[in-house]
Amino acid sequence: MSRVAGARSVGWEAFRLLALLSFAVFFAVPLLSMLDFSTRVVGGNGRTGQAWKNLIADETIRSSIVTSLLLALFTVVLMLVLLTPTMIWVRLRVPSASRLVEFLCLLPLTVPPLVIVVGISNVYAWVTYFLGDSALTLTFAYVVLVLPYAYRALDAALASIDVVTLSEAARSLGAGWSTVIARVVLPNIWAGVTSAAFISVALVLGEYTFASLLNFTTLPTVLALLGKSDAPTSVAGSLAALVLGAVLLLLLSFVGRRDRSSKGA
Amino acid sequence: MSGRTARLAPWLGLTPFIGYLLVFLVVPTVTVIAGAFAEDGRPSLVNIRALFEASDLRLLWSSVLLSATSAVAGAVLGGFLAYLVVTRPATSLFRRVVTAVSGVLAQFGGVPLAFAFTAALTSTGVVTLAVRDAIGLDIYGSGWLYGLRGLILVYTYFQIPLMVIVFLPALEGIRPQWREAAVNLGASTPQYWRQVAGPMLLPGFLGSMLLLFANAFAAYATAAVLVSQGAPILPLAIRGALTSEVVLGQQNRAYALAFEMVVVVAVVMVGYVLLVRRTSRWLR
Repeated sequence: MSRVAGARSVGWEAFRLLALLSFAVFFAVPLLSMLDFSTRVVGGNGRTGQAWKNLIADETIRSSIVTSLLLALFTVVLMLVLLTPTMIWVRLRVPSASRLVEFLCLLPLTVPPLVIVVGISNVYAWVTYFLGDSALTLTFAYVVLVLPYAYRALDAALASIDVVTLSEAARSLGAGWSTVIARVVLPNIWAGVTSAAFISVALVLGEYTFASLLNFTTLPTVLALLGKSDAPTSVAGSLAALVLGAVLLLLLSFVGRRDRSSKGA
Repeated sequence: MSGRTARLAPWLGLTPFIGYLLVFLVVPTVTVIAGAFAEDGRPSLVNIRALFEASDLRLLWSSVLLSATSAVAGAVLGGFLAYLVVTRPATSLFRRVVTAVSGVLAQFGGVPLAFAFTAALTSTGVVTLAVRDAIGLDIYGSGWLYGLRGLILVYTYFQIPLMVIVFLPALEGIRPQWREAAVNLGASTPQYWRQVAGPMLLPGFLGSMLLLFANAFAAYATAAVLVSQGAPILPLAIRGALTSEVVLGQQNRAYALAFEMVVVVAVVMVGYVLLVRRTSRWLR
């Protein structure tokens, strides 16, 4: 019996390894092609780092990187300011609104970004009227875009603590509502806040639909435009963006783990 | 009266949030729906009727074909990959790397993925040249990469990782005890899969497939960068109607096409929610 199981599991392990290897090859080939494509010398042999140097040297690319990073920062701040107090408030004072807030937060999954872009031109006419024609105004649209993901992260964190008991304890010791939210609840859901921030940064850095159709210049739109004139540089930039995104998400997975272990302790 | 005011006062705390979403989410959505049923500022069914003309139906069909093919391929292959991955502990570096890479390719891909396949498979692409030098075969052909078949390949590339992300939790909910119980009652491995794990996972699997369909149907960036001219699928037709400078009066056509997209995605997402709710009853 055990010998049969052993033989089956050796065969299974070999099959498993082979299958994993095939997946690895399928996913690695396009990515390694990017590395090769971005470093080869056109019409010759050898390697060149010119495309990668362009990423830093080229003024347009550099300023678009700054724009995208600023957008990520503003989106995270506005998202947190808007969403965190609202979600805590719903749990504390208006539980009957929780379905409404959840519905609104998850709505962007059903209304795709492309559809929002089509309908948002009037709203953006007013935004540009009040705030000027800066790419940073994309922040407003991006907050909506990251909402479902940020909501899930924050909701999971809030579900893991007893918000009502915490706030009653703080209130009975004389704390006001703002103290309860900022100094009692917030520190307890910090892991959820961090993970909401990480996923928002990753989404904003890669966003193309809004930026390109509203004619704003961000890193993805610059890379897309470069694809027509200087393919190696756009490929290098794309690979750099993917690697950066992977590192961000890997860090995020460690934030999540710290949350779990601290809860166990 | 004062009691009612006191009860309603906490709702005021939601004003900033709800106000914001009214302006940046509800107003655009309503604009699209209202615009789809109007022409020259008056209510009209012209643009909705146009959706049922042969050319627009063909557009919808290509989009459905692309989404369905990549969703089925992504769900089957991604579900299998998730099963291969789930046996490792969640805190292992292997799992972390797989999840992080999946997250990037699934949600962050967009423009970079279009360039990845450009670098690999265009006429001077790395893979194209390598295959030509090795066995003399021209896999670039007549530019299939920029047509529906190319899009199916590229979409599958980001659908598989998305399936890994959404299906891993369902797989993790399957407890080893259930298998032990089945084996103790004399079940063989195929029996266990057919009568215990299979029925348990099926709603989640089908639900994930629907999510993948909606994801592909609404995707824009990758296709927009890969296919710079023409409109083989619905999202690119919306781009065409939005940015058209040749034909005037395309705004309402863009509304109608966007409305069509919302309807399809909404129907699919409702199916997804219903199926996932069925699964979550068991997998806690």
